[in-house]
Amino acid sequence: MNTIKKGLTAAVSLLGFLGFAAAAGADSVKIGFVTTLTTPAGVIGQDMVDAVNLAIEDIGGKMGTLDVELIVEDDGFKPDVGKQSTDKLVKQDDVDFVAGYIWSHVLLASRKSVLDAGKFLISSNAGPSQLAGKLCHKNFFSTSWQNDQTPMAMGEVLNQQGVKSLYIIAPNYAAGKNMVAGVERTFKGEILGKDMTGWGKVKQVEFAAELAKAKASGAEGVFIFYPGPPGAAFIKQYQQAGLQGQIPLYSVFTVDSISLPKFQQGNLTGVKGSRMTMFWSPDLDTPQNKKFVSGFKQKYGRYPTSYAAQSYDTIFLIKSAVEAVNGNLDDMDGMRAAMEKADFPSVRGKFSYGNNHMPIQNFYLREVAEDDDGVWTTKIVSTVYENHQDSYAKDCKM
Amino acid sequence: MDWNLFVIQFINGLQLGILLFLLASGLTLIFGIMDFINLAHGSFYMVGAYFCATLTFLTGSFVLAALIAVGGVFIVGVIVETTIVKRLYRSDHLDQVLVTFGLILVFDTLVQMIWGPEGMVIPLPAVLDGQFEVGSMVFPSYRLLIIVSGLLVAAGLYVLVMKTRLGMLIRAGASNRDMVSALGVNINRLFMLVFALGAALAGLSGLLIAPITETNIGMGNGIIILAFVVIIIGGIGSIKGAFYAALIVGLIDTMGRSYLDSLLKLFMSVQNAETAAPAISAMLIYILMALILAVRPQGLFPPAGAA
Repeated sequence: MNTIKKGLTAAVSLLGFLGFAAAAGADSVKIGFVTTLTTPAGVIGQDMVDAVNLAIEDIGGKMGTLDVELIVEDDGFKPDVGKQSTDKLVKQDDVDFVAGYIWSHVLLASRKSVLDAGKFLISSNAGPSQLAGKLCHKNFFSTSWQNDQTPMAMGEVLNQQGVKSLYIIAPNYAAGKNMVAGVERTFKGEILGKDMTGWGKVKQVEFAAELAKAKASGAEGVFIFYPGPPGAAFIKQYQQAGLQGQIPLYSVFTVDSISLPKFQQGNLTGVKGSRMTMFWSPDLDTPQNKKFVSGFKQKYGRYPTSYAAQSYDTIFLIKSAVEAVNGNLDDMDGMRAAMEKADFPSVRGKFSYGNNHMPIQNFYLREVAEDDDGVWTTKIVSTVYENHQDSYAKDCKM
Repeated sequence: MDWNLFVIQFINGLQLGILLFLLASGLTLIFGIMDFINLAHGSFYMVGAYFCATLTFLTGSFVLAALIAVGGVFIVGVIVETTIVKRLYRSDHLDQVLVTFGLILVFDTLVQMIWGPEGMVIPLPAVLDGQFEVGSMVFPSYRLLIIVSGLLVAAGLYVLVMKTRLGMLIRAGASNRDMVSALGVNINRLFMLVFALGAALAGLSGLLIAPITETNIGMGNGIIILAFVVIIIGGIGSIKGAFYAALIVGLIDTMGRSYLDSLLKLFMSVQNAETAAPAISAMLIYILMALILAVRPQGLFPPAGAA
């Protein structure tokens, strides 16, 4: 047994040293990127890392005269692990920018490590209300959205379609609560019931009880938010329970280029035509988005997700900051002023930053459809919001 | 009160319980008879699901794929037992926990290397993908299949354990394994069979849930915790205990998710009830386990003769 223990100790120590390998170049801009690479949600993180690598390739690995050095860290889908990874990037690697973060609870746990060290923190996905409002910070920027905005747009869509009553099912964590708050803020009908499901160490992927309740409530629509693999499971169970076609399902961040190939493989045709709101879609007609989507498809052979689009933008935002100060990375004020202008080619087209450094941008209604090659993707139906600002900006004293 | 809804939720709880039973029956046998803590039991659950997914696409038939996959997991169980687990029966529990935790990582990584990180959908034949209607109640047919096949397996296990010679040895092993081996029974082969049987049952459980939840890396690591709760409540080493405890846990979990929020709203603000209900319903089964440990530490149905 002792040999096994020794072996384990050795293995663990070896693993620990892997992180030290990255050599620090003197004239480079160091970007730390925290995302989820393990657990089933690792498929989201992989999409983001792929987009970041594509972006770095597209800019020739250079920001001005500086080389780009990327250090990717895993958060294991856990706030404590995410904070540890962030600490490592800040203290040990001494990066200039910390970016990434899929999950609001991970970002909330990690923000202090970055901001207290006087470095820039850029969220490539998570948009918790706290960071848009009371906890806003001069060195925090987002290339995504505030959590409430996408479901608020969905609430507007529901009003337009004359939906009178709604049943809500979402995971019980920071972003889930924001998503629910968002749709409740704009939806004018009655909310007949609400279930917040387990999203901690043990994620709930079995929704029989919730679906039975939703059906019994007699609601005219069901609203859900299930990012990553549980979303596909939810839709499958919705179909199996016979609710598809009976009660329309309205979702945010649930049907995307991660779940669609699986639906197509399993031939779940019921998902075609389903609608969601989003700030972006692969078919959004901007020059940067065309370059991004075609480049991504060519390199990786699949459609990018919104997570990837936001990550692609992250690199171009950082580039605009670094080039504005001619590579003088000590000039924090100069870089901040440059980023506040949002003066970079974004996949979403021209947008601006609010006082809380959250994008003020359009939100679209998009629909699942086949592309010319028969691949299932999403296409824009209409614009729901133009230049929409989040509701927490007023709480930000900045 | 909506009785239709109540019946549907009851059946939902039953279905969760049956799946838990399939997983827990193997775990309780391995723990009870061999005194071996197998944290990697959930890995067999995952492997069963992935085998079945691949075979469904290869053979075009879910039922055929399921049958072959169960056999496949049985073989994986034999391989794991003879190469690794066998060496650990005489070690202490800490070593077993360390090695089987390592096995979880190995299995998770292997699955990621072979099948990729994104998980798989298992398509069901149209007959199973529809709904079953009784009066005004509508129920997914596939969930009924889970209940029926689970009960059949439970009955089969009952016959195997209570009516056959092998079962007698298994029961004897659970009560006093030293005596069994002293009586000249080939304990090594018995252990290998029990381990592989447990693995196959876990695999069956995993492949039954996969068409509902999809296959995922680490899908067994969450539910294995519930399975441990089940065997503690039911009594370690007892199949009967695992059966009743699994149904109790399945029902409490489902009923908690269904009714706790309405219950809390009777004496709390709506907002507090909405926040507290998911947290409390997640705790219910652990509260039950703590109660059982305090009042009846040997579990509800400990195997006869066990200390």
